[in-house]
Amino acid sequence: MSIKSVTFLVIPAATLLLTACVTSLSEDDAQQRAISMMKSSFKAEGQASLDRLNQDNVQTTCSKYRPGEAIPKEVADKIEKAQFASIQYPAKLMGDWKAGERVAQIGTGFQFSDGPTAPVGANCYACHRMSKDEISYGTIGPSLYQFGKLRGTSQPIQQYTYGKIYNSNAFSACSSMPRFGHSKILTEAQMADLTALLLDPASPVNQ
Amino acid sequence: MSRLSIAAGALLVLCSGSAMAQTASEGIERYRQMIAEGNPAELFEAKGEDIWKQKRGPKKISLEQCDLGMGPGAVVGAYAQLPRYFKDADRVMDLETRLVYCMVNLQGIAEADAKKNPYSTPERPSDMESLVSFVTAESKGLKMNVALSHQKERDMYQIGEKMFYFRGGPHDFACATCHGEDAKRIRLQDLPNLTNQKDAQRAYTTWPAYRVSQGTVRTFQWRLFDCFRQQRFPALEFTSDAAIALTTFLAKNANGGTLAAPALKR
Repeated sequence: MSIKSVTFLVIPAATLLLTACVTSLSEDDAQQRAISMMKSSFKAEGQASLDRLNQDNVQTTCSKYRPGEAIPKEVADKIEKAQFASIQYPAKLMGDWKAGERVAQIGTGFQFSDGPTAPVGANCYACHRMSKDEISYGTIGPSLYQFGKLRGTSQPIQQYTYGKIYNSNAFSACSSMPRFGHSKILTEAQMADLTALLLDPASPVNQ
Repeated sequence: MSRLSIAAGALLVLCSGSAMAQTASEGIERYRQMIAEGNPAELFEAKGEDIWKQKRGPKKISLEQCDLGMGPGAVVGAYAQLPRYFKDADRVMDLETRLVYCMVNLQGIAEADAKKNPYSTPERPSDMESLVSFVTAESKGLKMNVALSHQKERDMYQIGEKMFYFRGGPHDFACATCHGEDAKRIRLQDLPNLTNQKDAQRAYTTWPAYRVSQGTVRTFQWRLFDCFRQQRFPALEFTSDAAIALTTFLAKNANGGTLAAPALKR
């Protein structure tokens, strides 16, 4: 074997060895180890059982993307189509905006610290600006101030609004917003009341 | 206490009338600065030092020979380098996990007893909160320096990063939902983006902290436990590998930040 060919063999081998010294887990390995580690690191408490760590397809896919990161179109289309198909609309899409305002303010529900009879809210204000008067609002989601004033209350708008609350991922794959109907967080009546809060011309949202 | 009441008065003034233009977070920041010198965490630090030096457990030995990663008994600067891999345990450990390890292996305390009371209630103080206060205060002013020199440390960082983006539970929340973008808030509470070095440094170096609203020092594992509660996840177990992996990810992201813990928080 000539000196030249030895060099050719040694350099790649050394490079491989160096790489091995600072090796990192593959994306899949890291993900699988994270999931199995989580399953052995939590315990059921109150109403929060361990099956909450079992991800559905949307959660599995969306865990691959950073908040605000663009989701590849084919991935987004697939999620949105499947999630849209799951929306169930009630006969009456708009309820009472005053009841909706209460649901929007409540932040409890589904935490292991919440008793079984604790009210379950949507906590909209945690992430969205909604009205002129409530200045304690968050900014994770867009402002919804004047949501209805800008869009009207036509049947398609009512359907879109109710549908977005029911399953945000039907319109925006991997949205940060919970799928309130799909995941059975809110009742049909609560979602209709929130639809009214957003659309009713008398609601503080539209002042 | 008088300093506390003056500061509380100042906060009220800040939040009323003409001062409304000033954001609530600026007001809270000023309140923090005003009472920082009188942080009640100091009481926990002193109590923690007593517990550290007491002969305890079946072996009647103090924790003074506990190796926090810089050799037996070396406390100054230890917190700035945690979590790290410990050969004797063949495991990456954060501060709380290491303290439990020393209680079990040095003092002969049963593991279940060492782990049973990590988060105090008003009726039941926690030795862990005091010990953590003492050890972290010994790194005040030092820079975070998590080396990730061992393969298992690097693995834990990568696994912790995956956990940070893990979406689950009825609400589809991940850590990243609240802590993955710049300049977001929940209601009026500013949220650090823990993937951005500056925010991660500021957040990590101010835990553990005396929580005014809870009247006690809360540890970093408590911070993770309470985040998961609000994420609607089940309960994160104390000293679990998931807690250590996430802490490794967050601590490393805070490297270079100057430790100011135990800090004071709302």
